[in-house]
Amino acid sequence: MKHPSSYRGRLLPVLTILVAIVSIWYVAAVFMNAPFQRDLDRRGNVTRTTAEFVSATFSQPKPVLPAPHQVAQNVYENTFLRRVTSNRSLVYHSWVTLSSTIVGFTLGTLLGILIAVGIVHVKALDRSLMPWIIASQTVPILAIAPMVVVVLAAINVTGLLPKALISTYLSFFPVAVGMVKGLRSPEPIQLDLMRTYNASRAQTFWKLRVPASIPFLFTSMKVAIAASLVGAIVGELPTGAVAGIGSKLLAGSYYSQTIDIWAALIAGSVLAAILVTIVGVAGRIVERSMGGRPA
Amino acid sequence: MTASSSSVVSARKLGLTFETNDGPVHALSDVDLEVRKGDFVSFIGPSGCGKTTFLRVIADLEKATAGEISVNGMTPEEARKSRSYGYVFQAPALYPWRTIEKNIALPLEIMGHSAEERRRRIERTLDLVNLTGFGKKYPWQLSGGMQQRASIARALAFDADLLLMDEPFGALDEIVRDHLNAQLLKLWARTEKTICFVTHSIPEAVYLSTKIVVMSPRPGRVTDVIESTLPAERPLEIRETPEFLEIAHRVREGLRAGHSYEE
Repeated sequence: MKHPSSYRGRLLPVLTILVAIVSIWYVAAVFMNAPFQRDLDRRGNVTRTTAEFVSATFSQPKPVLPAPHQVAQNVYENTFLRRVTSNRSLVYHSWVTLSSTIVGFTLGTLLGILIAVGIVHVKALDRSLMPWIIASQTVPILAIAPMVVVVLAAINVTGLLPKALISTYLSFFPVAVGMVKGLRSPEPIQLDLMRTYNASRAQTFWKLRVPASIPFLFTSMKVAIAASLVGAIVGELPTGAVAGIGSKLLAGSYYSQTIDIWAALIAGSVLAAILVTIVGVAGRIVERSMGGRPA
Repeated sequence: MTASSSSVVSARKLGLTFETNDGPVHALSDVDLEVRKGDFVSFIGPSGCGKTTFLRVIADLEKATAGEISVNGMTPEEARKSRSYGYVFQAPALYPWRTIEKNIALPLEIMGHSAEERRRRIERTLDLVNLTGFGKKYPWQLSGGMQQRASIARALAFDADLLLMDEPFGALDEIVRDHLNAQLLKLWARTEKTICFVTHSIPEAVYLSTKIVVMSPRPGRVTDVIESTLPAERPLEIRETPEFLEIAHRVREGLRAGHSYEE
């Protein structure tokens, strides 16, 4: 229960893992980049000490595996040293991806809630819809994404919306499943109580089912927002998109700009972490305002 | 329906059979009972004797499959729809996202009382259950006994004349239970409600009731109905008087006659 110790208790393990990852990453970078460096040195007739060789593997312009500091430098430069409107700015690309993530997430959450309400209230929907919803998530999104983009382009829907729809496709699922569970979470005794008041279905819904489902909503929204981001990035891959984290990844792989690819990955991860945290904090604020016991 | 005007609950040959995969279960069979206005009726018996089921039939939470029953001269469904009773469950069933006063306001909101009226009634019922000053607390901030009192306040808030209580103090320790029993009697005297009270505690039944209905299982049925001879004024010490022990003895005999001690 003591705050400082729980803070340290959470920070220390995370930092330990981080140090471990970075160390392994450095070692791996040496080994992965060594063959090319040896090749290069042989052709250039250069002989190096081991230390020089290792440091050379850390500073190739297009390494197989860039060293952490190369990625960090790239992220720093492209985040803070460029104009936000520049095509090389990670902020710019993140913003493009973020905007379609948010639109897709919003649509997905609304759709998920709508489906859940339908499933909970209409028995026929419960039987007919649920298997399809589950089946929808077994289809590989990488296969669907190009088709969605192409089909929508054929009817002149381009730009943000196709990407957002792919996010929607990925994010409605956790919300629908979570909300079905949430709307069904009231105990029999709480439902009986409503019955003794002769409450209407609408009253039972708004005064019991909805408030009872709020914790479930935020838990599933955390999953959904991460899925939305993946959807938006995947949606940018087949579109030949000119902007966004996905296009940055694609361009990086075309031109073997490995450092750029890793930088875009980092940008995506940071974005995901920020988004999940925002949803988590919003959830905690709402739960606190609904009389939640402070943890 | 031949029930007299003062009859609140009247059951004739009432039966309820649940169809299960293991064959029919006779939860209630041939129950005849009359609850008059102002009565405090306890239903006592071992698990499976149908006492809770009977209460749920009165409340229209279960449907009888045989016989007839009237509540306030209506069918249970009509009685429920005209909000004739307040129901107190085994657990407080307070909504955790509502404060105590908001919980009490719940039935009032559903029944469409004005904000002004709600405030007045919340104040009055909180006072009835001695919880004045706790209205702004959330349920988890209250002890189990206080939560159950809040749930009684909620059942009282909309002024139904009939109070159905299903082992409301079953989960509480004996000290708290004694205290709440005494409070409940005072409340009953103040409000002149008719109370149907399910319990599995003999002292609780004898202490509270004007009428004790002894039930036994398989099939769930009434084996004895005991009219209490105890005075209306009942301090806790009354439980050591010969008269009290006499009635308790008769209840125990009734339970034994129903073979309820056999397992």
